[in-house]
Amino acid sequence: MTARALGTSTAGWLFVAPAVSVIGVFFAVPVFLALALSFTDFDIYALASLKNLRFVGLGNYLLLLRTPLFWRALGNTLYFVIVGVPLSVGASLGAALLLNAKAARWKPVFRTAMFAPVVTSLVAVAVIWRYLLHAKYGLINYALSGIGVRPIDWLGDPHWAMPAIILFAVWKNFGYNMVILLAGLQTIPEDLYEAARIDGASTFQQLRHVTMPSLGPVILLVTILTMAGYFQLFAEPYVMTQGGPLQSTVSVLYFMYEQGFKFWNLGVASAVAFMLFLLMFAITMAQLLLSRRQGVA
Amino acid sequence: MRPNPQSVIVNGLLVVAAGLALFPLLWMVSVSFMTPGESNVFPPPLLPRHFTLGNFAELFRRQGMARFFLNSLGLATAATLLALTFNVMAGYAFAKLAFVGRERLFQVLLAALVIPGQVAMMPLFLMLKTMGLVNSYIGVLIPSVAGVFGIFLVRQYAQSIPSEMLEAARVDGAGEWRIFTAIVLPVLRPILVTLATFTFLATWNDFMWPLIVLTDNSLYTLPVALASLSREHVQDNELMMAGSVVTILPVLALFIALQRYYIRGLLAGSVKG
Repeated sequence: MTARALGTSTAGWLFVAPAVSVIGVFFAVPVFLALALSFTDFDIYALASLKNLRFVGLGNYLLLLRTPLFWRALGNTLYFVIVGVPLSVGASLGAALLLNAKAARWKPVFRTAMFAPVVTSLVAVAVIWRYLLHAKYGLINYALSGIGVRPIDWLGDPHWAMPAIILFAVWKNFGYNMVILLAGLQTIPEDLYEAARIDGASTFQQLRHVTMPSLGPVILLVTILTMAGYFQLFAEPYVMTQGGPLQSTVSVLYFMYEQGFKFWNLGVASAVAFMLFLLMFAITMAQLLLSRRQGVA
Repeated sequence: MRPNPQSVIVNGLLVVAAGLALFPLLWMVSVSFMTPGESNVFPPPLLPRHFTLGNFAELFRRQGMARFFLNSLGLATAATLLALTFNVMAGYAFAKLAFVGRERLFQVLLAALVIPGQVAMMPLFLMLKTMGLVNSYIGVLIPSVAGVFGIFLVRQYAQSIPSEMLEAARVDGAGEWRIFTAIVLPVLRPILVTLATFTFLATWNDFMWPLIVLTDNSLYTLPVALASLSREHVQDNELMMAGSVVTILPVLALFIALQRYYIRGLLAGSVKG
């Protein structure tokens, strides 16, 4: 190694050192500690004195598997992901296709308008939606009454609370994937559409046989990113329903937050976090494998 | 020229979609100017009958909104400056400085992206507690100081810097730090704006971590304060809408001003290549 190469090598380490140490100390170390913590009975007594800390092996994990509210939280979160992700990606795709249409005008204005909810603070817009969804004075029920739908107690009825949160999440997030999908649409070569038109393909056939196959990898990507985000459902139930009614909107992270920072069962909370992580990881991998087999990515 | 039916459908749908996206925000602004109790009627009013700034006055005079606003502003600014410093140095080094173990280290960092941040929250809280940093601004800031996403973003962009340019400066005897500040930083300016916008918005809007770390009301950021106010003042629509306006408007304005940079970062972070 020449003196200069040695110089850049040292400089390289010095340049990455601050960021890498911060990530190491405040992320990597806590992740390993979380794993260790999840094998202990760390609770409010251990918070007072570490003498009260015991190793419980897989105890927390087994306890969780026997806790009905954990299963409830898992079920609610899966409901949110399984219904919410396709609706979100579908709305994003619809908006992106509209923006990409030749006939569309004032594209930058429409794009900014549809993207605006993405940059808003989740808590603040959740507060707004709580009033829009109000059973008695809410504008959503008022609008629905115009087409003859009887008032729905959106956030007070265990059957409607999760759908309401999903509706809210779609509104809040569709602009994000819309921008990514739009960029994907713009990379599809015009020649492909030209050729399809010469073969007499209708607009719908072009969409089905040209647009969708070319967009496949991008759709897969936004689906995976959105799923990762939706598994982390927390602020919506915290602000809009406090997990209710009848625990119908307790999500895994909401459960983790209550276990960890309300009841101070930090051992159990860490086990919850790891279970969520494993679940997310497994589902993402399954999705990648499945799409690889189908030749999308 | 007569508009063809396709154009009417496409633009009509766009107007509807954009309207649905904006409506809750416009309604928020409208209700924030209503007198207390005015919006609690059926059918819900769209515009204030008597325009008032009373809700904002109440928030700032009695509910400590100025404090929360300054907390948010200060924390988001500090997080932005710190993240810029740490991530830009690292991102540039990963792109342009050949050092031993570079590729492996970068792969490890990328792999860490699959771990959701919440996994680290419980031990991080305990670590900060031992250091006496729970319920402090530093405690809130720590997770946003350096991030893999920011490093990745800067690295992508820095790769386009021609190596000959850096090499020429080295031949002329410039040190690495001088090359970084005099040559690299000016070239990286657009991505610095992108990263700054991203970090500022993310810190301003962050909820779960500040909620966990902050226990003292006077240190609350806007989202944490708003969530707590909204539990106390469930019935006060107008007051809560004013609070939402104060929380949302600054970041919305920032986004509109720096849109171009923000969208670029969003695309760089998701579409690989």
